[in-house]
Amino acid sequence: MNLALSDEQEFLREAARGTLSRVKTLEAAREALDGDSSALPDLWPTAREAGWPGLLIDEAHGGAGLDAFDAMLVLGECGRVLASVPLLGHLPATAILADAPRVADYLPALASGERRAAYLPSQPPTDVDQRWTADPASGLERSPLPTGARPDANGEVKLSGSYAFVPDAPGADALVGVAVIDGEPAGVVIMADADGVQVEPVRRYDATCSLAHVTLKDAAATVLDAPVESLAGAWHLAQALIAAQSIGSVETALEMSVAYAKERHTFGRPIGSYQAVKHSLTEVLRQLENGKSLLYYAGWARNGAPGEFPLAANSARSVAGRALDYAARTMISVHGGIGATWEHDAPLYFRRAQLSRRLLGGTSGASDRVAGELLAQAAA
Amino acid sequence: MDLDDTPEQVTHRAQARAWLEQNKDQAPVLSGPGALQDEDEIIAARRAWQGRLAEGGLAGVTWPKEYGGQGLGPIEQVICSQEIARAGVPGILDAIGVGMLGPTIIAHGTDEQKSRYLGPMLHGDEVWCQLFSEPAAGSDLAAVQTRARQGEDGGWRLTGQKVWTTNAQFAAYGLLLARTDPDQPKHKGLTMFIVPMDAPGVTVRGLRQISGEAEFNEVFLDDVELDEGAVVGGVGNGWGTALTTLMFERVTIGLGGEGLGYNSVRFARGIAADEHARRDPEVRKQLGDIVSELLAVRFTGYRTLTALQRGQIPGPEAGLAKVTIVNGAIKAGDLIADVLGPDALDQGSEWAYMISFLPGLKSAGGTEEILRNTIGERVLGLPPEPRLDKGIPFSELRSKEGAAT
Repeated sequence: MNLALSDEQEFLREAARGTLSRVKTLEAAREALDGDSSALPDLWPTAREAGWPGLLIDEAHGGAGLDAFDAMLVLGECGRVLASVPLLGHLPATAILADAPRVADYLPALASGERRAAYLPSQPPTDVDQRWTADPASGLERSPLPTGARPDANGEVKLSGSYAFVPDAPGADALVGVAVIDGEPAGVVIMADADGVQVEPVRRYDATCSLAHVTLKDAAATVLDAPVESLAGAWHLAQALIAAQSIGSVETALEMSVAYAKERHTFGRPIGSYQAVKHSLTEVLRQLENGKSLLYYAGWARNGAPGEFPLAANSARSVAGRALDYAARTMISVHGGIGATWEHDAPLYFRRAQLSRRLLGGTSGASDRVAGELLAQAAA
Repeated sequence: MDLDDTPEQVTHRAQARAWLEQNKDQAPVLSGPGALQDEDEIIAARRAWQGRLAEGGLAGVTWPKEYGGQGLGPIEQVICSQEIARAGVPGILDAIGVGMLGPTIIAHGTDEQKSRYLGPMLHGDEVWCQLFSEPAAGSDLAAVQTRARQGEDGGWRLTGQKVWTTNAQFAAYGLLLARTDPDQPKHKGLTMFIVPMDAPGVTVRGLRQISGEAEFNEVFLDDVELDEGAVVGGVGNGWGTALTTLMFERVTIGLGGEGLGYNSVRFARGIAADEHARRDPEVRKQLGDIVSELLAVRFTGYRTLTALQRGQIPGPEAGLAKVTIVNGAIKAGDLIADVLGPDALDQGSEWAYMISFLPGLKSAGGTEEILRNTIGERVLGLPPEPRLDKGIPFSELRSKEGAAT
C-alpha cells in the first residue's frame, strides 16, 4: 500500500510544470478569446520534446511505456495553467491503437509526435442503454455511432455518420474511435485528409479548448483489431484524463483565491479571516482532495484492477467536474467584482469549467455511469 | 503507487483471515436470525469478543508489545479491520478506548497507569469513555468548567458536568478534562484525570436523541474524590494531553471512515430494488454524485495511511473526510427516502435510524464549522478570526463575554 508518487513521477510532474511555466498560457487564452486564435502557442513541439505523445505507447514502438497515472500527472499540469496541449485527444487514441496489432507500424510516428491522433468520443453501453453512442451536437439524446458495412480483407471500410465536439480534432492526422461495422461495435482509424471526412472546428467558450465536429460521408476507414475492452477503456481513460486536467485547474483556482483572501482587507482585517470566506475555501479544498484521491484510484485501477476502472475513472470525473465549477465560482466571489472582469484570470478558469464539464459525455454522464456501476454491484 | 499488499502484509492478512475463520463462530450475532436482543447480553458478548480479538492479535495492533499490542504499523491495523469486516463479525466494542484513550495514556501516562489500565482496556475487561465535552464546551473545548480542586493531602475533588459521552453507561473508567486553575488563560490551567465511573458522586444519565434511542450520556460529577495518581500528563498540561487524544481521533476517523457503515454499495442497494428508480435519470445522477464522493474517502484513507507509513502525522485535513461522509450519507438518506417514500421513516426501516442519527453526527468530534475553521487556518494558512479570549484568565472570561454582546 503506497499512494505516494515515485521519484520518476515527481520528476515527470516537475518537468511538466517547468516546461509549461515558460509559456504565457493565460495571456494567450485571453487574446485568443478576443478573436486572435494565432495567439495560442503551438505546444505540440513542446509536448514532443518532453515525450508526452508516446506516454502510453510501449518502448518497443518508440513510446515511454508509462501508464494512465503518469499521463494524468501531465494533464494536471496542463490544467493548472490552462495550457492548450492536444493530449486529451491524442492519448486515448493511442491507447486504442496500441491494442490493435494491424496498425502497429503507425505507432512510432504517433509516439514521437510526428503524427497526431484525436480520439472520437465513443461511449460504451451502460446498464440502461445497450448502444454505443456519440456525443450529440445538441440536446440530451445521445447520437448513434457512424456505421459501415462489412470490411474487405484488409479491414478497409466506408463510414458514414458524425461525432460532435471531438477534442483536439482540428489539425489531427488520424481520428480514432468506435463505429458500428456490420452491426457490431469495432475500433476504427480514419485519416483526416481522406475523401468524405469533414473536420469542422467549432466556436469555443474556452478558447484554449480545441474542438471540432467530425462528419463522415462514405469516408475510408480501417477497422482495428483492438478488443472491445480496449475501446471501452479509451472512453474511461478520457474521463480520467479530463478529471486530472480539471483537478489541476482547481489547484490554481484555490491557490489564487487563498492568496487574495490573505491580502485583501475589509473592516480592518483580511477577508480570509471571516468564516464565510474561509468555509467556501475549505469546501474547495474538500472537493479538491476528494478529486485527487479518486485520481489515484483511477490511475491505479487501469492496470491494477481493470474491472474497477470504469467506476474509478467516472467517479473521478464526476467529482473533478463539480469541483472545478465550484472552485471557479468561488474564485470569482472571493475576488469580488474584479473577479468577474475580462482582465482577470478567474473568468478563464470559469470558462474552462463550464465547457469542459459538458465534453466527453459530460460530468453528469460520468455520474450516471457511477450510479450504474454501483447499482449493478448492489444487485449482484 | 501501489495498492497491493507487500509480501509481509500478505502474510499478515492471511494470518488474520485464518484466525477469524477459526474463531468467528464465537463472535456475537448482532443482526439477522439469532441476533442477541438484550442490551446487557450484547455488551457482555461484545466485551468477551474484544478480549478474543486482542488475544488473536487483531486489536491494539499498533500498541507496543509490552502493553499487549502487536507493535505493528497502521497498515496492519487497517488490514485487520478489513478482514474483520470481510468475515462479517463485529469489531471491538471499545474503539474509543483502544483507538484514542489508550494511545493517550501510552503517550502521557505514568508507568503505574500504563501497567494498571492498558491491559484490561485492550481486552474489554474495562471499557472506557471520553469525558471531554460539556454543555458549554464543545467546539471551544478549552472552555471546560468542570472544576478540580486539590486538597491538602494531594488528592482531588471534581465537580461539574460532561455530555455526549459514548459508552458511559457501562464504562469502568473515563478520561476527563477538568479545570485546575481558573486564574490562568483557558488553554492553560487544564488537567487530565482518570475517573472510576463507579466513584461516589458520579451519575450517568442516558441522553435520548432524535431516533428515541440513547447512545450518548450526560455524566454528572458531584464532589468526586480522586487520589493524586489520577492525573495524566501532569497538572496544567491537560490541553496538550487532550490534543494527543484528538490527533488519534482524526487518525481513527481518517482510516476508519467507511467503518461508520455509510458505504456506497449499501446505499445503492436501497435503490436498486426499485425498478423505476434504478432507471430514473435524476435518481441516478444524484446517486452517482453521492457515491463518487463517498468512494473518494476510501482513497483519502489510503493517502493518510501512506503518510503514516512515512512517519508523517496526519493533519486536520483528515477531518474533511468526516465532512464528506456525513454530508454524503445525509444526501443518500434523503434520496432513499424520496425513492421509498414515508416507509423509509418507519421504525422498522433500516434507514430511519440513520436519517435520525446524522444531523447530530454533523457536530460529533468537532462541529463542521469548527473543522472548517481549523482546516482553513492550519492547512490553507488563512488568518484566524480575531478572538476575545486570548491571554485572559478563564475566571474573567464570563464578564468579557457578557460585555461583548
